[in-house]
Amino acid sequence: MLNLLQTALELGLICSLTTLALFVSYGMLNVCDLSTDGCFTLGAAVGAVVAAAGHPVLSLPAAILAGMCSGFVTAFLQTRMGVNSLLAGIAVNTGLYSINIAVMGGSSLVNLNKVETVFTGMRSLLLPLHLDGQYKLITALVFVLIIWGFLVVFLKTRLGLSIRATGSNADMVRSSSIDPTFTTTVTLIISGGITALSGCLLAQCQKSANIDMGSGMVTIALASLLMGGTLIKRGSLQKRALSAVLGAVLFRLIYMIALRLHLPAFLLKLISALIVIICIWGAQLQLPGRRKGGQTC
Amino acid sequence: MLTLKEVTKTFNPGTPDQKRVLSGISFQLSKGDFVTLIGSNGAGKSTLLGAICGSFPIDGGTIELGGRDITAEKAHARARYIGRLFQDPLRGTAPAMSVMENLYLASGWGGWLSTPRKREVDALKDKLALLDMGLENRLQEPVGLLSGGQRQALTLLMATITPPKLLLLDEHTAALDPAAAKKVLSLTASIVAEHGLTCLMVTHNMKDALRLGNRTMMMDGGSIVLDVSGAERQALTVDDLLQRFKAGTATDRVLLS
Repeated sequence: MLNLLQTALELGLICSLTTLALFVSYGMLNVCDLSTDGCFTLGAAVGAVVAAAGHPVLSLPAAILAGMCSGFVTAFLQTRMGVNSLLAGIAVNTGLYSINIAVMGGSSLVNLNKVETVFTGMRSLLLPLHLDGQYKLITALVFVLIIWGFLVVFLKTRLGLSIRATGSNADMVRSSSIDPTFTTTVTLIISGGITALSGCLLAQCQKSANIDMGSGMVTIALASLLMGGTLIKRGSLQKRALSAVLGAVLFRLIYMIALRLHLPAFLLKLISALIVIICIWGAQLQLPGRRKGGQTC
Repeated sequence: MLTLKEVTKTFNPGTPDQKRVLSGISFQLSKGDFVTLIGSNGAGKSTLLGAICGSFPIDGGTIELGGRDITAEKAHARARYIGRLFQDPLRGTAPAMSVMENLYLASGWGGWLSTPRKREVDALKDKLALLDMGLENRLQEPVGLLSGGQRQALTLLMATITPPKLLLLDEHTAALDPAAAKKVLSLTASIVAEHGLTCLMVTHNMKDALRLGNRTMMMDGGSIVLDVSGAERQALTVDDLLQRFKAGTATDRVLLS
């Protein structure tokens, strides 16, 4: 039982990075980035290939960079080519499927069983501290803290403020002499990088990357984000970013319970879809008309 | 200062809904001019303001500001020297962000990665205090919680923290209650006077049109049909204006205060 709980925590923390990415793109910019699934797998594929080549540390910046490129393409389609934001995400997501297989050398699976990863590296670091039993949990926690800290600081800078304002009132951003095209592009690049990091870590944690890793990830992350949002309705930026992480962990715990109830694994996607619906419904019941939803998403 | 030459704009060209909203507008504003712009609904006043600040590309003509041709510049680039207020008090501010965050963003101070410094916060607080609305004590509150009058006053401050070369006011008090409208209008007059701003204000209030500013223009059917200043304007009464108004077109709204 404790073992399961720890696994749920690990998974929750790793996937909470994707939730944090959506916290920026959906929560702040109000753009629903449907390329998340493909971007997640892209991070996993790039990270796995680089790690398999013997560079576990380098795999992280490589994955982040790949994700940022993907985010840039999505943003370019939206802002420069006039593609609707949902369609841009879907198009990039579809294209990434082929790219991800190409990255993995034409195969749909990269095995990392005997490969040095960020996690195994962390385990040897933690060995003298006798914490090596929790090495996965600690590694995940470190990355979540870094990204959370980065976002909390970043979203309070002038650039961060302009991103939040773009989601809130693009007219006001223009009046402040800031190009909403620029802020949209920066946001999607950042959220793409974080999503890919999330995928990279999951692949290395599970010791394999496969082409279907990311499928349904946008639903899971969205459910987590909304669930966290109902837990902590308002408050400082720090709190709201933390609520995204809490939501992701809570989501995995619900998953775990579903598994303990011996529900067949194929039902899990249905459960995540149901959680999304319940969360959106619940949020609307409590806060009528607070959020002007459905403008860009 | 501001020079428009033969500016034209047609909406929905080539369709049955085709409408020529600006038919060759030319005029010039000198530095420090405070122009009140009147005209019936659909006369093209808001479109004219939109053309000046770049909300849409114009079909023909040129727009020069401070000796520079800005006809092809994008809206956000023009916003560096043109401030604009809309009738809707919700359009000028980001509701989900705090008073201070809105102000700091509008101030344009600091680089992309800088956060408000103590000195900057104090300076913005002092400016807020001038509005006399107690907003200086509500810095961390989301702007969405403020009243329409407070939001419009805040927008006015945001548009003028860095004094723009040109301030465009599009019926910016029309959606406010009489007390708030009066307050925002007097704030407008004092801020414009303080910085010696060049200003173009659309209003439906004939009294204000003659009382405020140094020049009055009237638009009708996409053209400027009246442009008075100095002694000629001094001699004008609200009744005179209404006569001119009716002479131009059948108005769809009685515009008296």
